[in-house]
Amino acid sequence: METDELIINMGPVHPSTHGVLRFKLRMDGEIIKECTPVLGYLHRGTEKLGEMKTYLQFIPYTDRLDYISAMPNNYAFVKAVEELAGIEVPLRAEYIRVITMELNRVVNHLVSIGSLLMDLGAATMIMWGFRERENALQLYEMLCGARMTFNYIKPGGVREDIPEGFIPKLNEFIKDMEKRIEDYEQLINTNEIFMMRMKNIGVISAEDAINYGMTGPTLRGSGVNYDLRKVEPYSIYRDIDFKVCVRRECDSYARYMVRIDEMKECLYILRQVVDTMPEAKIVSNPKYGIAPMTGAPSAVMPYFPRIFTPPAGEVYSRIEAPKGELGFYVVSDGTTKPYRVKIRSPSFCNLTAIPGMVVGLKIPDLIAAFGTIDVVLGDVDR
Amino acid sequence: MIANAYELIVYILTLFRVYEPLLNVFQALGAEYVLRIIIVLVEIAVLFVFVLLTVMFLTWMERKVVAMVQSRYGPMVTGPRGLLQPVMDGVKLIGKEDIIPAKADRWIFTLAPFIVFIPALLVFIPLPFGESLIISDLRVGLLYIIAISAISPIAILLAGWASNNKYSLMGAMRAVAQDISYTIPLALAAIAVVLLTGSLSMVDIVNAQGGAWFGVIPQWFIFIQPLGFILFLIASIAEMGRIPFDFQESESELVAGFFTEYSGMKFAMFFLAEYAHLFAVSGIVVTLFLGGWTGPVLPFIPVQITSLVYFLIKTYAVIFFAMWLRDTVPRVRIDQLLNLGWKIMVPLALLNLLVTGFLVTAGVMV
Repeated sequence: METDELIINMGPVHPSTHGVLRFKLRMDGEIIKECTPVLGYLHRGTEKLGEMKTYLQFIPYTDRLDYISAMPNNYAFVKAVEELAGIEVPLRAEYIRVITMELNRVVNHLVSIGSLLMDLGAATMIMWGFRERENALQLYEMLCGARMTFNYIKPGGVREDIPEGFIPKLNEFIKDMEKRIEDYEQLINTNEIFMMRMKNIGVISAEDAINYGMTGPTLRGSGVNYDLRKVEPYSIYRDIDFKVCVRRECDSYARYMVRIDEMKECLYILRQVVDTMPEAKIVSNPKYGIAPMTGAPSAVMPYFPRIFTPPAGEVYSRIEAPKGELGFYVVSDGTTKPYRVKIRSPSFCNLTAIPGMVVGLKIPDLIAAFGTIDVVLGDVDR
Repeated sequence: MIANAYELIVYILTLFRVYEPLLNVFQALGAEYVLRIIIVLVEIAVLFVFVLLTVMFLTWMERKVVAMVQSRYGPMVTGPRGLLQPVMDGVKLIGKEDIIPAKADRWIFTLAPFIVFIPALLVFIPLPFGESLIISDLRVGLLYIIAISAISPIAILLAGWASNNKYSLMGAMRAVAQDISYTIPLALAAIAVVLLTGSLSMVDIVNAQGGAWFGVIPQWFIFIQPLGFILFLIASIAEMGRIPFDFQESESELVAGFFTEYSGMKFAMFFLAEYAHLFAVSGIVVTLFLGGWTGPVLPFIPVQITSLVYFLIKTYAVIFFAMWLRDTVPRVRIDQLLNLGWKIMVPLALLNLLVTGFLVTAGVMV
C-alpha cells in the first residue's frame, strides 16, 4: 500500500523528552525512518560565562549543567583548577568528595531508572526512586544546605566539614538502599513486559559506541570495560576496591542493568570510604595556610582563596560522572578569570548515538532507548 | 419472584400500600402508561446516579491505590481522606475553558465524547447488580454488552480524526486496532460460558453458578473455565485500555493519545466513560466467572441487599486487581500487543471453546 510519510515533532514540549529536547521524526506509520535531535532550547552560554567569571564564581554555574548530579560537575571543574594551580588537597577532603560524588551517582541512577520506567508506563518506580532520593537529598542538605545545586566542592577542599550525625545517617541510607535495590530488582528486572520492551532495543555495538564517543553506563552496556575511575584514577579511587560493571548485550536492557549494578557498587564504595575516612584537615591552600579541621563555616571560609590567580597554562581534566566522561578544558592566561572554559559533557556525546540506534524501530522503542541513554538537557545544551 | 428492577419498585410501592392508589389515579385519567414511564425513569435515574457516584468513587480509589503502591498518601485535603477530591475535580473541569482547535472538525469533535459516554452507560442495562436488581433481563444480554462495547472504537476514531492532531490520530488508530483484536478473544472466551449455561441472559448465567460442590466450593465458572477466565480478564483490560495495554493514551509516546486536544467537560466525558467502563467490565467478569451476585443467604436481610453487597465486593476486588496491575507493570508495545492478541489469545480462546464444546456435548460439563 502506498502511504505518505509523516513528520512528527516530538518535543520540545513532550512528556518523555525530559526537558526541552526535540526529535524530528520521519515516520512511516509506526516505524521511524529518520530521527534528528534538535538541540539548543536550553542553551545558556555557560562556557562563555566561564570566561566572564572568576574561577570561584564559576563553580555555581557548573551545578546547573547536569542538575540531577551536580556534585561531580563541581568536582570536575575544581579538579581542573587544582591541576592548573597545583593545589594539594588534604586526604579527608578527598574522602568527603568521593562520598558526595558516589552518593550523587546513586541519586542519578535512581532518577534515570525511575524516569525510564515512567516512560515505559510503570509510574511506581519513579515514586520509589524519588523516595530514596529524598533521603540522599536530606544528606546533602545536612552537608551544605542545598539539595540540588551544591557549590560545595572548592579548590583545595570542600566548603565545610561533614556535620555531626552525617555519617550515622549515611550508614542508615546505605543499609536502606541495599534493601531497596532488591525491591527494584524484584519489581522490574524479570518483568516479562519490561524485558520485551528492553531486550534487543536500541542496540549499539561496542565499536559504534566508541566511535560516537559514548561514555559511562551507556558505553559499559555495550561491553566496553572503560571507567575513568579505573583507567585514569583520580582522587582516592586508586585505593578503593570496586569493580567496573559491564554488560555485553549492547541493548537497552544491558544499559539498565549496568545502572542497577553500579548503584550496588556505589554503596560498596560508600561503605569503604566511610569506614576508612581519616580524621584530618578538610581544606588546604599554600598561600592561605591550613584550615582547622572542624569548626563553624565562618571559621573555615576565610581559608579559601577568594581571589585566585593560577599560572598561565591549560589543562584538560576529566572524571567519570554518573552519565559518563565529564571533562573541563580550562585555559588560564594568568588573570583571575579563565581565558576559555570548554565543557565536554557526557549527555551531549551520548545523545549523538540516538539517531543511529532507533531507525527502523517504533516510537515506543525510541522512548526506551532514549531513557537508557540518560540525558539531562542542562548538560546537553550548555 | 421479582424479575427486574421495575417489578421491584412496584413491589416496594405495594408494600407501602401506595401502588394501588397511584394506579387507580392514573387509570381514572386513562393514562396508565404514564405511571410505567415514571417508574422506568426512576429506574434510569437511580442507575445513572449510582454509576456516576461509583465512577467518582473509582477515581478517588484509583488515586488511593496508586498512592498506596507508591508509598504516598494520595489526595488528603478535600474532605475526609480526600474523598471529595472527585467533586473538586468536577468543579475544576466544568470551570475550564472549552477549547475547540481552530482546524478541528467542530461537529465531530463535539459529538465524539458523547458517543463514548452513552454506550458506557448503556452497558449497565442487562447487568444484574443483585437478585432482581437488573434494569432489563435481555435474553441476548451478553451479545448486547459485547455489541454496545464495540461502539466506543468508532467514537475514539472520530475523536482522533476530528482533533486534527497527529498524536490524536495515531492514538485513535492504535485504540481501534487494539479494540478490534481484543474483542475477538473476549467474545470467544464469553461464548465458552454461554455453552455451559445455554443462555445469553446474564441472569441465567448467574443462576447457573448458584450451587456449590460438596456444599463448600461455589460453582463459579472460574473453576470450570480457568483459561477462559484469564483470557477474558486480559482481553477486558486490553479493551478498557488500561496499563499494560494503554496505547490509546500512552502519555510518554503520544502525549495523551486521542484526547490530546480535549479539555474541560469534554475531557471529563472521556474520563467518566473510562471509569464507567472499568466498573462495567469488572461487573461482567464477576457475572460470567465469579458467580455474579450469588453468595450465602443471610436470614432477616432481604436477598436484594445481600446480593448487591456480594456483587459489589467481587466487582471491587476485580477493580482493585486492575488498579494494582496498572501500578506494577510497564506498557507493552503496540505490535507486541497485537501479536499477543492474534497469535496467542485467539488460538487459546478457540482451543478453550473447542474443549468446552466437546465436554458439554459429552455431558461431562453441564
